[in-house]
Amino acid sequence: MPISPPRIGLFVTCLVDLFRPTVGFAAIKLLEEAGCVVEVPTQTCCGQPAYNSGDRATARSLAQQVIAAFEPLDYVVAPSGSCAGMIKQHYPPLFSNDPGWRARAERLSAKTFELTSFLTDVLGVEQVNASHPGTVTYHDSCSGLRELGIKTQPRRLLGTVEGVELREMEESEVCCGFGGTFCIKYPELSNRMVSDKAGHILATGADTVLAGDLGCLLNMAGKLQRDGATVQVRHVAEVLAGLTEVPAIGESEGDG
Amino acid sequence: MQVTTQAFQRNAGAALHNPALQKALKNIKIGFVRKRAAAVAKLPEFEALREAGRELKNHVLDHLDFYLEQFETKVIESGGQVHWAQDAAEANQIVLEICQSVNARRVTKGKSMISEEIGLNDFLEAHGIRPVETDLGEYIIQLRHEHPSHIIAPAVHLNREQVADAFQAHHAPYGFTERREEPRALMDEARQVLRQQFLQAEVGITGANFCIAETGTTVIVTNEGNGDLTQILPKVHIALASIEKVVPTFEDVSLLLRLLARSATGQELSVYTTFSTGPRRAEDADGPEQFHVVLLDNGRSGMLGGEFQDMLRCIRCAACLNHCPVYGAIGGHAYGWVYPGPMGSVLTPQLIGIEVAGPLPNASTFCGRCEDVCPVHIPLPKMMRHWREQEFARHLIPMTTRFGLGLWAFVARNPKLYRLATNLGSWLLRRLAGGKGRIRSLPLARGWTAWRDLPVPQGRTFQQQWATRRENQS
Repeated sequence: MPISPPRIGLFVTCLVDLFRPTVGFAAIKLLEEAGCVVEVPTQTCCGQPAYNSGDRATARSLAQQVIAAFEPLDYVVAPSGSCAGMIKQHYPPLFSNDPGWRARAERLSAKTFELTSFLTDVLGVEQVNASHPGTVTYHDSCSGLRELGIKTQPRRLLGTVEGVELREMEESEVCCGFGGTFCIKYPELSNRMVSDKAGHILATGADTVLAGDLGCLLNMAGKLQRDGATVQVRHVAEVLAGLTEVPAIGESEGDG
Repeated sequence: MQVTTQAFQRNAGAALHNPALQKALKNIKIGFVRKRAAAVAKLPEFEALREAGRELKNHVLDHLDFYLEQFETKVIESGGQVHWAQDAAEANQIVLEICQSVNARRVTKGKSMISEEIGLNDFLEAHGIRPVETDLGEYIIQLRHEHPSHIIAPAVHLNREQVADAFQAHHAPYGFTERREEPRALMDEARQVLRQQFLQAEVGITGANFCIAETGTTVIVTNEGNGDLTQILPKVHIALASIEKVVPTFEDVSLLLRLLARSATGQELSVYTTFSTGPRRAEDADGPEQFHVVLLDNGRSGMLGGEFQDMLRCIRCAACLNHCPVYGAIGGHAYGWVYPGPMGSVLTPQLIGIEVAGPLPNASTFCGRCEDVCPVHIPLPKMMRHWREQEFARHLIPMTTRFGLGLWAFVARNPKLYRLATNLGSWLLRRLAGGKGRIRSLPLARGWTAWRDLPVPQGRTFQQQWATRRENQS
């Protein structure tokens, strides 16, 4: 750890920016409480939709935009395993034919982290200052789990939230069916996958389901609510930061 | 077989609404996923074996010509013959000519996906030769005029009642007039019918899980023993193998066998592992008079040195199918050709063309579970993405998708414009929700709202709120 507080570039992610700003503010709160200085560089999207649609040229140009904006900072932190995984695992090979950009991509990759991983693995945070009485279950988002090895980090931190009881669901490591453009290209398949996921969530009897990626959360919330389930859906950062006064995903003050 | 890869979307929809199939697919979790996990947990060096397996296969692929020639030499030395087939048509013709040379009317067959790939059964039948599948699952689907829906469990899409129906419809000529449903009784019935076939066949055709270069040996793994009878009883044994099945030594095969059975069925070793080296020798108690190996390329050599070379490491364990949530939801037939699941989504476009197989590499969330369980670390999602890149580059994706992507890319490259667009989008979605937290129906997002509510933005975008906060601070 440097003597002066580390300067973090928050990669907000496009879904958090548009759908769930609370997650961004929760990330800032957690990082600041851990002694970081947080900045929000100019940003749009990490480029994953283009990358996974086979449009490497667009993916590269968006990656260059992110690299240029974030490379002056000490770290890049995203409240998403998917976007952090994109920067960390997929940016360098995008520039396999361009040594200059490849080196810059690799330097950025080395200092990019998913939020709960950054808090625990890099900053060594062992405890958060929050309370959330109730039972929660945790869905392991695919990219976070399999590209970045995020499994214990959010659970360790959740374990220090006052009043939380974690009840693991069956198949917490199986995809929820979101898959970015997959849920639009193959809606019926996606629906089947998220139906199975909703079943596993409800079987735990937990009152809240948490995850670290907004794509999965929007998908699970949309399905649970369509089926009339009352289980609340939140990003794990909201609970860790104690920002659970706001209505859960897909709910509003008026819903009652 | 008829290719229906382009109808993937429709096939998948039908599969989701097929109750018998859905019931059968539930068995995969119990039969394969849990057993694999238990077997892997019992072997501390499993990860090390995976690394070694990857390195071994990479080494072979880097020296494929050398090992194939060594294999051929050794087969000939042991009295067998090797036939090289560039494509499916050549392979079929080779097999037909061998069959005709001994006036074969009936051939028994062990399970072989290469045989499916080249469409051998239809070809033989068209030339008056009756192929009889002897793997129980293959036998059942042959009676039903179906193709395998899984590369190691060809009839996994069927339940017991459907098997009983098939036997009842076909086994009366063999003296079985009573319907049986109990698994053991069904198996006995099949065994008795097949025993007659084994004794009458002039040629036995098997696949090969491995071809050992140092000895010219082919290896098959089965759990039923049907492969042994197929290759020992008839006068002629033909082993069909694709070129990447060659491995240098017995030692190497033992490594891959340890990976294969655990990854496939959670067994430490399959019940039968059968090694065949040459035809029957004078001192042998039994065995075929002729031993032929047909080595099939069919596009594989074109994968060497390119972005799909890693796919040639595949040892056909089916772990990627068993762990794929898409395969688990729809089964194998929906994929529309021989190889289903993640390995098929990479291999099929290579074998029949991305123009027709385009939907397959797109039918993935890139959840990564396939790569996670692959015994030889094949980066399946990465290669599916490579296919999507080819589709994009060759303008094989729908114009609307391309236009949408282009528009989004233009906006995402201009942060100020992007900000405007998201501000507007946030405002619009909240208006449409009318104070509620979600929308039940949105015509432009029908794929989403047909099945799910769409949560709407909480309020102004993060960037708007952040800007306000910064202004208040300064």
